Amino acid sequence: MDSIQIHGLRKCYRDGVPPAVDLQADISILKGELFGIIGPDGAGKTTLFQMLATLISPDGGTATVEGLDIVKDYRKIRTMIGYMPGKFSLYSDLSVRENLDFFASVFGKDVDSNYGLIENIYCRLKPFEKRKAGKLSGGMKQKLALCCSLIHSPAVLFLDEPTTGVDPSSRRELWENLAELKEKGMTIVVSTAYMDEANRCDRVAMMKSGKFLAIDSPSDIISKFDKSLVAVRSDDMFRLLHDLRSMPETDRCYTFGDTHHVTLKDGTSLQAGEIAARLTGEYGHSGVEARLVKASLEDCYMNLEDR
Amino acid sequence: MKEFFAFVKKEFLHIFRDTKTLLVLVGLPTALIVLFGFAISTEIRNVNVGVCAPDGDPAVMRLMEKVDKSEYFTYVGRYDSEAGIDRAMRRGEVDAALLFEDDFMSKMMKPGGAEIAVITDATNPNNASMEVMYLTGIVTEYFRDDLQEAAMLNASSAGGNLVPNLRMLYNPQLKSSYNFVPGIMGLILLLICALMTSVSIVREKETGSMEVLLVSPIKPINIVLAKMIPYFVISCVVLVNILLLTIFVLKVPVAGSFFWMILVSVIYIILSLGIGMLVSTLVKTQIIATLICGMLFMVPVMMLSGMLYPIESMPRVFQWLAQLVPAKWFIEAIRKIMIEGVPVRFVLKEMTILVLMATVIFTAAVKKFNDRLE
Repeated sequence: MDSIQIHGLRKCYRDGVPPAVDLQADISILKGELFGIIGPDGAGKTTLFQMLATLISPDGGTATVEGLDIVKDYRKIRTMIGYMPGKFSLYSDLSVRENLDFFASVFGKDVDSNYGLIENIYCRLKPFEKRKAGKLSGGMKQKLALCCSLIHSPAVLFLDEPTTGVDPSSRRELWENLAELKEKGMTIVVSTAYMDEANRCDRVAMMKSGKFLAIDSPSDIISKFDKSLVAVRSDDMFRLLHDLRSMPETDRCYTFGDTHHVTLKDGTSLQAGEIAARLTGEYGHSGVEARLVKASLEDCYMNLEDR
Repeated sequence: MKEFFAFVKKEFLHIFRDTKTLLVLVGLPTALIVLFGFAISTEIRNVNVGVCAPDGDPAVMRLMEKVDKSEYFTYVGRYDSEAGIDRAMRRGEVDAALLFEDDFMSKMMKPGGAEIAVITDATNPNNASMEVMYLTGIVTEYFRDDLQEAAMLNASSAGGNLVPNLRMLYNPQLKSSYNFVPGIMGLILLLICALMTSVSIVREKETGSMEVLLVSPIKPINIVLAKMIPYFVISCVVLVNILLLTIFVLKVPVAGSFFWMILVSVIYIILSLGIGMLVSTLVKTQIIATLICGMLFMVPVMMLSGMLYPIESMPRVFQWLAQLVPAKWFIEAIRKIMIEGVPVRFVLKEMTILVLMATVIFTAAVKKFNDRLE
């Protein structure tokens, strides 16, 4: 059963600029699904979240959350969703516990009745219960914000970039928490700019300039990647990028970690060894290494653009 | 209802955590009242008075005793001549002096009348004119009362003594605090209600917590109403504080009904809260909210409400503008009740206008209030 259905959503903030969100397809997100939206800053993720969370109304298209229209039934939707904005939005001058109590009572609940849902997350915050929320570390703040958006046991949870500005171990914990919540049947829509995190989602939507470029499970997206991908390294990485881009066979070339990833144009059959030989011979690079690699989600994203 | 009270509790927590702001809110009215009541007073006090009466008539000396007894003047001494007074004034011994002409008392009884010169140090023109006024008052009163009998005896000739009959109504001692107290009430209540409410609502927008609050089942209008309650309570505390200071420290008596005075104040508080809410729906940042409430509203309250300058003596355009300033009506109503002590039917007009203004502003604010982010 679908938890969220989107029938082409559109939002334009000002005339004359391209729309922030312009989804043309029909998309449905299943109940109990962990759905990731990945894309760089400015892709329109936050705008999409705000539309689904009924904070702003779309200029075109419709969407339903739990069968309720996001424009007409926004009051009802607000009782059944949890929303955690990308920016820390709790009260810095209230303590951890006061924040939690407040958000519970805003939804007409008390902390104890849904404590089971947040227990695993809140146990890390328990020692700091009396501390002001503003004095918490970045990871702790996000955990508290997650607790506050969960305390009323929402059917759908929207998390806008919950891991931005959070250290790697806290990020891992957060994703583990999300996996547990998903086990309990909650629909979770999460956005992130980190591609490596997207692997933990059931399905991901790759977003760019307000559009979804692909929607699939991470493994399917990767398996659909049909180009040969070569990782290249040399002693002069900066010049190497230019040189690789100037080669006629190169489709795309971008930096990936400490190597450059190169995809080749369709119909060319250049082996990794040949690339290395040409870089050493024609371009005069030293210490060249080139090898065929398996595509990651990020490679898929980079190659999905402009399609 | 539980949700609503959770909100109110949260607002109180915000306010009590921010002790400095709270201190300013409660301390400022106290400071203003004390300042205007004592330091920045336009009254005169402890004015040294000398006299020059060539023949030293006992009647003149009795007059000087009377002058000395008043709380404004101190009798310093007798000088021989006008030049002597001038020297004393230069030395700073006297601030004002009465100069009686030769043979004063006998001329007094004659149809031509007698002359007294009231001399004051007009370095401060305001003080000087007030000293002249007070001294003239005392002198005329003295000759009217004490010399009544003497005048009776010379019944026919007394007609030459025309005694001016000046009377200061409601504030016979011309106490300036009478005038300032309603003005300060108008200013402070607007400051607390409008400024603090709008800033605290806009702060939620700025920090992003409004986003989270809007995505909750609580009616957004309740979010705003819940914000008003703590400031309403604080305003009432401040109101009581101002009234206590006024009555017990400044010793300004409340001539009219306490009940109506409080009621008018409560209407004004609600009106100010509405202004704060309206501002908060129109602006997005705390600094703009502060500027609008602090400058755009404070200045008219100071200038056009009749607190500092009488509206009647302004150019016509400003008189019209003044009609739109809520504080003008509030101050007028409070002056009438508190100082003139008139029955409530004479302030019905002011109260009606305040209620109407409050209704209009609240309607506009609720209409403008958006329960989405846009």
